[in-house]
Amino acid sequence: MPKGKAVVDAERCKGCGLCVTACPFGVLELSATYNSSGYPVAAMAHPEKCTGCALCAQTCPDVAIEVYREKAASGSAAGGST
Amino acid sequence: MPETQTLTKVFARPRSLTDKRFTYCPGCHHGLITRILGSAIDKLGIQEKTVIVAPVGCAVFAYEWFRCDGVQAAHGRAAAVATGIKRARPDLTVVSYQGDGDLAAIGTAETIHAANRGEAITVIFVNNQIYGMTGGQMAPTTLDGQRATSCPEGRDPATMGHPLRVAELIATLAAPLYVTRQSLHDAKHIAQATQAVEKALRYQVEKRGYSLVEIVANCPTGWKMPPQKANEHIAGTVTKVFPLGDLVDRG
Ligand SMILES: Cc1ncc(C[n+]2csc(CCOP(=O)(O)OP(=O)(O)O)c2C)c(N)n1
Ligand code: SF4
Ligand code: SF4
Ligand code: SF4
Ligand SMILES: [Mg+2]
Repeated sequence: MPKGKAVVDAERCKGCGLCVTACPFGVLELSATYNSSGYPVAAMAHPEKCTGCALCAQTCPDVAIEVYREKAASGSAAGGST
Repeated sequence: MPETQTLTKVFARPRSLTDKRFTYCPGCHHGLITRILGSAIDKLGIQEKTVIVAPVGCAVFAYEWFRCDGVQAAHGRAAAVATGIKRARPDLTVVSYQGDGDLAAIGTAETIHAANRGEAITVIFVNNQIYGMTGGQMAPTTLDGQRATSCPEGRDPATMGHPLRVAELIATLAAPLYVTRQSLHDAKHIAQATQAVEKALRYQVEKRGYSLVEIVANCPTGWKMPPQKANEHIAGTVTKVFPLGDLVDRG
């Protein structure tokens, strides 16, 4: 299961592509879907690679991305991510 | 196990931002600066006590993006308007958000004298080396040789001067508490810029001094460059003319 998930708000996305470059794991791509403003929308092309690092969201100029991350199971020492 | 039960939200829209969509072009750093400012306001818990003074320029609606009070100043006069608000209500955190045409051309006098008086405001200075809103004319910060609609052959320093280094200029004054120049061309610099904006606001909340955070920004439309190309131009060329880092920190 992927460790994270980046959720793009399609109507806010302007297809600038900065999140695609910012993602260190090649998760995101500009999809063939266009929003109502006519912009191509970023989406997770390889969701299984997402770590939930949120670099995409920190880079997005239109605050179009929210990021979720796997919660560390209680008691687990390594790999916990907050 | 359903995925939703094991995932927690680690990045959300700052609470101090409204739901309105920004009017900026795709990839424009004005949006990112708005988000960074919103995150800093959230972190300091000052949403109810913050006033945004918007400029004339592409950020003319800046007060629309925040769940804060706001006002839009006449072109270049944001620091003077911010001065008035802060002197009348010293308990508020007052942010003057300005572009380079606004702050460094028509508003040069207000900029320098507010800084020299050490007004306890935070100035966010968006240096995108161009007049974005009006169609890409030369700004005081336009690079030597850079083409703009009002210097189609490129800026000629012999007749047009060299790019004005605002942070360096303000740093010569005795009063400013914090003067820094930041950039947003990659994740590392975005993180550093976020810390600088937070610090500038914190200094106003705690110490009541003047801060200027100059942010080297893009204007993909005015530069006629795709956003990623613009980031590479900032990294390779613009930051050579406008070096990054803190110039004054008396906090
Ligand atoms: C008194 C006055 N003079 C000129 C203008 C025209 N004008 C509007 S925006 C602008 C410059 C904007 O450039 P900048 O401050 O760099 O903002 P940007 O759009 O690049 O963020 C000018 C000259 C005006 N609105 N009012
Ligand atoms: S959260 Fe990190 S890994 Fe996931 S898409 Fe965004 S940048 Fe890529
Ligand atoms: S950075 Fe934001 S606006 Fe740009 S493509 Fe990605 S999600 Fe869309
Ligand atoms: S013209 Fe330039 S500064 Fe203005 S919104 Fe477009 S990209 Fe941003
Ligand atoms: Mg400008």
